[in-house]
Amino acid sequence: MPLTTEQESRHLEKRHRKARIFAIFCAAITWSSVLLLAVLLYQVSIEGFRWLDWQFISSFPSRFPERAGIKSALVGTIWLISLVALISIPVGVSTALYLEEFAGKGKISKIIEVNIANLAGVPSIVYGILGLAIFVRFFALERSLISGALTMSLLILPVIIIASREAIKTVPQGIRNAAYSLGATKWQTTWAHVLPASFPGIMTGVILALSRSIGETAPLIMIGAMTFVAFLPEGPMDSFTAMPIQIYNWVSRPQEEFHELAAAGIIVLLAVLLVMNATAIFIRNRTERRMK
Amino acid sequence: MAQEQYPDAALASQPAEPRAARSIKKSGVLWGEFAIKSWLASCSFISIVTTAAIVILLLSETLNFFESVSPREFFFGTTWTPLFEPSSFGVLPLVWGTLIVTIGAALIAIPTGLASAIYLSEYASDRMRSIIKPVLELLAGIPTVVYGYFALTFVTPVLRNVFPDIQVFNALSAAIVVGIMVLPMVATMSDNALRAVPVSLRQGAYALGATSYEVTTRVVVPAGLSGVMASFLLAISRAIGETMAVTLAAGQTPNMSLTMFESIQTMTSYIVQVSLGDTPSGGVAYQTLFAVATLLFAITLVINIISQMILNRFREVYE
Amino acid sequence: MRYPTALLKKSVNLPLVLTITLLLGACSQQDESQESGATGAAALSGVVSLDGSSTVYPISEAVAEEFLAVAPRVRVTVGVSGTGGGFKKFLAQETDINDASRSIKDSEIEQATANGIDYLEIPVAYDGLSVVINSNNDWVDYLTMEELQLIWQPGSTVDSWDDIRPEWPSEPLRLYGPGTDSGTFDYFTETINGESGASRPDYTASEDDNVLVQGISGDEFALGFFGFAYYVENMDKLQVVPIDGGNGPIIPTETTINDGTYSPLSRPIFIYLNTASMARPEVNEFVNFYIDNAGVLASEVGYIALPDDLYQEAKDKISAL
Repeated sequence: MPLTTEQESRHLEKRHRKARIFAIFCAAITWSSVLLLAVLLYQVSIEGFRWLDWQFISSFPSRFPERAGIKSALVGTIWLISLVALISIPVGVSTALYLEEFAGKGKISKIIEVNIANLAGVPSIVYGILGLAIFVRFFALERSLISGALTMSLLILPVIIIASREAIKTVPQGIRNAAYSLGATKWQTTWAHVLPASFPGIMTGVILALSRSIGETAPLIMIGAMTFVAFLPEGPMDSFTAMPIQIYNWVSRPQEEFHELAAAGIIVLLAVLLVMNATAIFIRNRTERRMK
Repeated sequence: MAQEQYPDAALASQPAEPRAARSIKKSGVLWGEFAIKSWLASCSFISIVTTAAIVILLLSETLNFFESVSPREFFFGTTWTPLFEPSSFGVLPLVWGTLIVTIGAALIAIPTGLASAIYLSEYASDRMRSIIKPVLELLAGIPTVVYGYFALTFVTPVLRNVFPDIQVFNALSAAIVVGIMVLPMVATMSDNALRAVPVSLRQGAYALGATSYEVTTRVVVPAGLSGVMASFLLAISRAIGETMAVTLAAGQTPNMSLTMFESIQTMTSYIVQVSLGDTPSGGVAYQTLFAVATLLFAITLVINIISQMILNRFREVYE
Repeated sequence: MRYPTALLKKSVNLPLVLTITLLLGACSQQDESQESGATGAAALSGVVSLDGSSTVYPISEAVAEEFLAVAPRVRVTVGVSGTGGGFKKFLAQETDINDASRSIKDSEIEQATANGIDYLEIPVAYDGLSVVINSNNDWVDYLTMEELQLIWQPGSTVDSWDDIRPEWPSEPLRLYGPGTDSGTFDYFTETINGESGASRPDYTASEDDNVLVQGISGDEFALGFFGFAYYVENMDKLQVVPIDGGNGPIIPTETTINDGTYSPLSRPIFIYLNTASMARPEVNEFVNFYIDNAGVLASEVGYIALPDDLYQEAKDKISAL
């Protein structure tokens, strides 16, 4: 039975009110995650701030909270990023180039693609087991920086490949065609035109992947980053510790001071991440302007 | 001449070797091409090798494990005490631990993530987007140890004020923190999925007099459903694989209780526990590490494959 | 070619430069000690690796930290895999020294002979294995050895406090203790249950005693055990239970552990040396330093120093190598 005009307009009002409530509800939930982030950062800052000074950054860990510092962990992390970058960037970008430019659309490419998508979703601890068995035991690299770096490279390789592929895809086909029409070979085109054009996009993806790898703890624990390390690694074969491991170590201790030290360590870690992310965003913005 | 300007074309069409082609060959360009292409191809095969290595490694040790322990005991037993005498190898408590943490996390992340995605794609202004998107990226980028720290020093004490019976190590704290961790994933991916729905669909619905609530729930979300569902599945898979936050927050007691106030052990935190003690090669205790890891790998693999399939279906619709 | 120019862009080369500077800065600090014309211990370099018991860890960590001042170029690493876990590595020659909170087992001795490893056992301190409860626990006055066995034996059905003594609250009993790779676990089970490794399995186990402290201090109905040092360091969070070993309830203190009245849970803790490693000057120096300072550092971290003649005996054994 059709509604009267009055009933209809009341019904309409109800629907619109529902829509408004819904909108406010969604907004509230979204802004609460912003609030959550603020709470988290605030919590970390007030706990860790009083420990954050030059002494903290330049001291080795110690059983005395006042003397403890993050030096070996920070340097270990920097070594790790550098080695991981050195290994994973060439391999990852090469794979992306191959898949986008050189490989056909055949079965093998499909298999590789599916493979990479799956590897991206494998839990990091499985990579840790892989690294332990292959790099530490089989290749007898022991519990060294290079074992850790190789393991972490495997971990972030799928991410780099996917991100690089996206960047390479955005290069207009016209650029390639122009090069081919001038007689360039495929590699010449790729090296001189496609790669430079996609370079910023690739860099952004790489930096984001690297920054994610900094926070990974589980694979490094499996590899055997040591508990007490009071020296700086001098070469890739040295044993090491890294910031997430040191933080985990401090959080596990029951004394309040070590929790605060952990917070200070987290601030340093977040600072490093922020720098890397800011670099990535900066590159991304500069590219977008240039392409236009 | 034409042949000199287009040497590749020349090679293709001429049976005899023109001068230009010979000079290229002499200059080694083609050999270089071949070498580079081989390098690129072999890099790609590293990904296949990695998968093969994971599968071979996990499976071989797991098969060794099943020589000493019956699969029935492993999959259906309810006591997990592999390192004790008498030892028992029922993996269900670990699976249960993973399950309740994951379900708890999903209950937090999925509604919240979806609501945020709806807000971002349907209601938020560009300025608000520019604030919220980086916030979400930041939340996603925070390392898991930090979330573990947050669980121990903030979430658990707050929970204790609300539920005084709750233990120091408990599953609820872990679930909350893992939920926060995967929330950005759901939000970002669902947002992408919803934004990909053509504006014309929305406009059509508005033109018929629908409210924004009706447009969102009856048109947009159903249209972007496969992307949204894929995001749910990926978030769940990430939650299952989460290690450090759970280890710090939930402790290491295999436990099949229904309450989330007690300490539990997930598959991932068991693996960490064994490797911290580092039971070396050989022996059933070491092999349990691989058996559990294989189970974990298999579960996440299945979920990932399903979500890939759903995503591909989505891509076809809007081609 | 556009790539070299990429390096000139600030966005790329700033992080790169920062990284390189930090690395160089790190390396240069190593060179400084070389320049100071170091002699003796300070000129030593190399690696000394320790692993093993979490009970002995605080002492080894303290020694390693102090040793850094004496021989800054020697890299000492200390791991915490548990006494058993540590022995497995020690016998595979992956470590030079094993921290042990119990003596070497027969099966481990066989393994050593099979692998051709010659070792030396050195006691470094006394520990009083402490049974601890939450600070808010006001009903436990002491526990007897029989009660401990009742609680911890394999197949034990004790699930709540009133199963131990009917006058205690009928609240659930939650147990915490070291895991099976721990020497403390081996010692406790052998002393209480008569067989090393025999224990009920349903308790919160961790090789990391800090995790146990966290758990017990947060759980009103908890009961656990670990080395004395971890109790001493957390006295504000926990209560220790007096143990009646047949002579009345005794609390572990420096005195009662030293003179043996806190029994049977008093025990020596050890380090085991690989005698082949002792041929390396840095290891030799480190071990001598360890024994010289074990007394002081052990007390500092919460254990009890051995009488001086035992330390001297150890040093004689080493110089005889």
